[in-house]
Amino acid sequence: MSFELLGDAIVAGVLLGCFYAAVSVGLSVAFGLLDVPQIAHPAFLVLGAYGAYALNRIGIDPLLAGALLTPAFFVAGLAVHRFYHAVFESRGSDAGLRGLAFFFGIAFIVEVALILAFGVDQRAVDAAYIGKSFALGEMRLPLRMLVAFGVALLLTVVLTLYLSGTFTGRAIKAVAQDEGALALMGADPVRIKRWAFGIATGTCALAGALLIIVTPVEPGLGRLYIGRTFCVAVLAGLGSMPGTLVAGIILGIAESVVLTSFGASWAPAVAFGLLLLVLAVRPAGLFGR
Amino acid sequence: MVREGGPQVSAALLEVTGITKRFGGFVALSDVSLALRAGERLGIIGPNGSGKTTLINCIAGALRGDAGSIRFDGVDVTRWPAHRRAQIGIARSFQLPRPFASMTLAENVAVPLEYVAHRHSLHRADVGAEARDLLRKMGLQAKADALPAALTQVDLRKLELARALAARPRLLVLDEVMAGLSPAEVDEVLGIVLDLSSEGVTIVMIEHIMRAIMKFSERVVCLDAGRILAQGTPQDVVRDTGVQKVYIGD
Amino acid sequence: MRMGRWKIFFAGAIAVLGGALLLAWFVDNEYFFFAGYVVLQFVVLATAWNILGGYAGYVNFGSGAFFAAGAYTAVALVKAFDAPLIIQLVAAAGVTGLMGFAVGAMTLRLRGIFFSIATVAIAVICETVVLNWGYVGGARGATMVQPAAPAGFATYARLLFVAMALIAVLAVALARYVEISWIGRGLRALRDSEEAAESAGVPTLRLKLLAATLSGALMGLAGAPFPLYMSFIEPTSAFSLNYAVSALAMPIIGGTASWIGPVIGALLLGSAQQLVTVTLSSELNVLVLGVLLVAFVVAAPDGILGLARKWSGKAVRR
Repeated sequence: MSFELLGDAIVAGVLLGCFYAAVSVGLSVAFGLLDVPQIAHPAFLVLGAYGAYALNRIGIDPLLAGALLTPAFFVAGLAVHRFYHAVFESRGSDAGLRGLAFFFGIAFIVEVALILAFGVDQRAVDAAYIGKSFALGEMRLPLRMLVAFGVALLLTVVLTLYLSGTFTGRAIKAVAQDEGALALMGADPVRIKRWAFGIATGTCALAGALLIIVTPVEPGLGRLYIGRTFCVAVLAGLGSMPGTLVAGIILGIAESVVLTSFGASWAPAVAFGLLLLVLAVRPAGLFGR
Repeated sequence: MVREGGPQVSAALLEVTGITKRFGGFVALSDVSLALRAGERLGIIGPNGSGKTTLINCIAGALRGDAGSIRFDGVDVTRWPAHRRAQIGIARSFQLPRPFASMTLAENVAVPLEYVAHRHSLHRADVGAEARDLLRKMGLQAKADALPAALTQVDLRKLELARALAARPRLLVLDEVMAGLSPAEVDEVLGIVLDLSSEGVTIVMIEHIMRAIMKFSERVVCLDAGRILAQGTPQDVVRDTGVQKVYIGD
Repeated sequence: MRMGRWKIFFAGAIAVLGGALLLAWFVDNEYFFFAGYVVLQFVVLATAWNILGGYAGYVNFGSGAFFAAGAYTAVALVKAFDAPLIIQLVAAAGVTGLMGFAVGAMTLRLRGIFFSIATVAIAVICETVVLNWGYVGGARGATMVQPAAPAGFATYARLLFVAMALIAVLAVALARYVEISWIGRGLRALRDSEEAAESAGVPTLRLKLLAATLSGALMGLAGAPFPLYMSFIEPTSAFSLNYAVSALAMPIIGGTASWIGPVIGALLLGSAQQLVTVTLSSELNVLVLGVLLVAFVVAAPDGILGLARKWSGKAVRR
């Protein structure tokens, strides 16, 4: 591969990587901090993308649509966690197997429901910034990637600041470390976790809108994103927000280099390959506790 | 009164040498050495977070130390996984009882019988009768076919003991097996433990209940902040000013 | 008593095989064999999944990959050596058993969810490899020619039907042996608490690897005759999500505690699917499967088996 091509691949990879970080921050919270086996996270992302698609058809900008849908996703997240906690977490034994099967079933239902509602064809959105591109010296960057990059960075940074700068945010981090200590401070760990899971699910609305801005979506896309999101969340070191950004960029660059050198048909395997590598070599991730 | 080191017993059953264990930046155990002769009864005391459970985990193999070595009956077991240590005679109980929740009491006890005591017999001889014998010894025979969820706290502790005994231990490591029990129940469990000792089993017991420690131990070790603060006879250790400071404060 | 039960089980197995042979001789309707084969294939998949998922509590989301790897092993062997069916089966079991062992060795030291995610990873990686592997047809797929039917069988499909019945009986017998032997007790112990199991002398990693290998090998066996059976194979159908979901939903709905649970789940849901696909859309069909899975996980964690025990008044023991 020539030097220029590699440079282009790295720039594209960084843009893509920030987007991957944005679709994974919710999982970093739900799985990384709260230890919920949220295998349905990517399915919720795709659901968010279809939400943006539906609103876009009545003329709403996809980003605005994502923002509008966020509260609904947040409330849905609260409800899912309330249910999950009541049925699985509080009962203890066997929660692992059943919790996983539960979220797997949810993901599967979301996927099939989307097929029934929208069909298996790819769907895309319209917006002023889609289809145009931006010249940076020799290379042309699609404007939609830049928009996604900006919003993704904003989402990740805001969430990072929220977790380290607010009382609730610090409580969420504390609940991940030591539930008992939090209870001693007078906060209800279950409520904190529910709130955090709501936020994690809420990010799926905006991140889903980014998803459909970056690429056309189909109902089965969620499965591919199981690899990408879990790769980022695990590589980050479970629950680390700066780690999520770094891990996203690593994955973005890896995918874009493979894409340029071996062709697009190999790209789906990159995230999963990287994920297996991380699990085998350093399961605690880059910024692991 | 003896500090750090203590008299070295020759032909020790268990020799812990310079064990250190860190969790991230936190040092849970710092260069701890300890020797036990066969048949001894050792009590371990110390405030919460002093490294007692970490030490037990290192001895039983649930954790591996960052430095130091552990020898059992002359064999270096430092790098052995927990199940191999169980197979050569190190059995333990857990601070929070961990029964096999989906199995009856008899099946719970059958697991170590099959995997330790009878692991060399080809078809792992029918262990049901033996499991029931052990449960009878603990006074649990009436509940042999019940699930652990149906047990009271004291019965759960006895199940932990029965399961540890089924592994035919030469060294039994008990982690707060009496916590949360009534005085009468403490005496009952203490009786069982002392009986085992008289049958020749070497026993290490972590306990907060001083009455039990005083009655049980031939020797007491007090841990504080991952180090051995004091050791000696139970009477000496409780009279130690350092120990009193740790327990009662300045 | 244990011996007596063995005799009953053995008699049942002989009866199933004899029945399959008789059917192959006397039934005229070819569709019957098509549907029967698919149901039996699900019995194998569900039983295989349950050895690791039900007994040990490690959830495999990538059963489709093991199934497809078995199928593509058979395709590669036919392309290369025109290998006979028995060789295809043995090789497929070997390849996917090794796959199960490898995924296990990589992730079974970690918490259960990491194993589950790794199985999703294996599924996508395998599919990507097959899509890019021109020798076995790539994305376009490959056509397979069924050999002439051997003496005694009217069509080759009937031979495959009997072969799948044999594989199903083998799989169930193996699962049953694992369950009632010391291996099963060790697996259940480590499912309940790995630390307690280790301290009771159970070599947890070794047992999990054994279960992952057996489970993987049986899934490969379920997939190996698939290309010949369909006379055609392409990645989308071989890696269909339906296999992954069914392999997990059938045991959970039937009941994971005992070998009979996956069999019940596969027979019920597999036959229902065969009937429903004809009348309803296949999407609606899998949607029902997903909803049933979630409903059982939430409301009846011991599956049909648990419900039956409850209703018959006996205590649910597991």
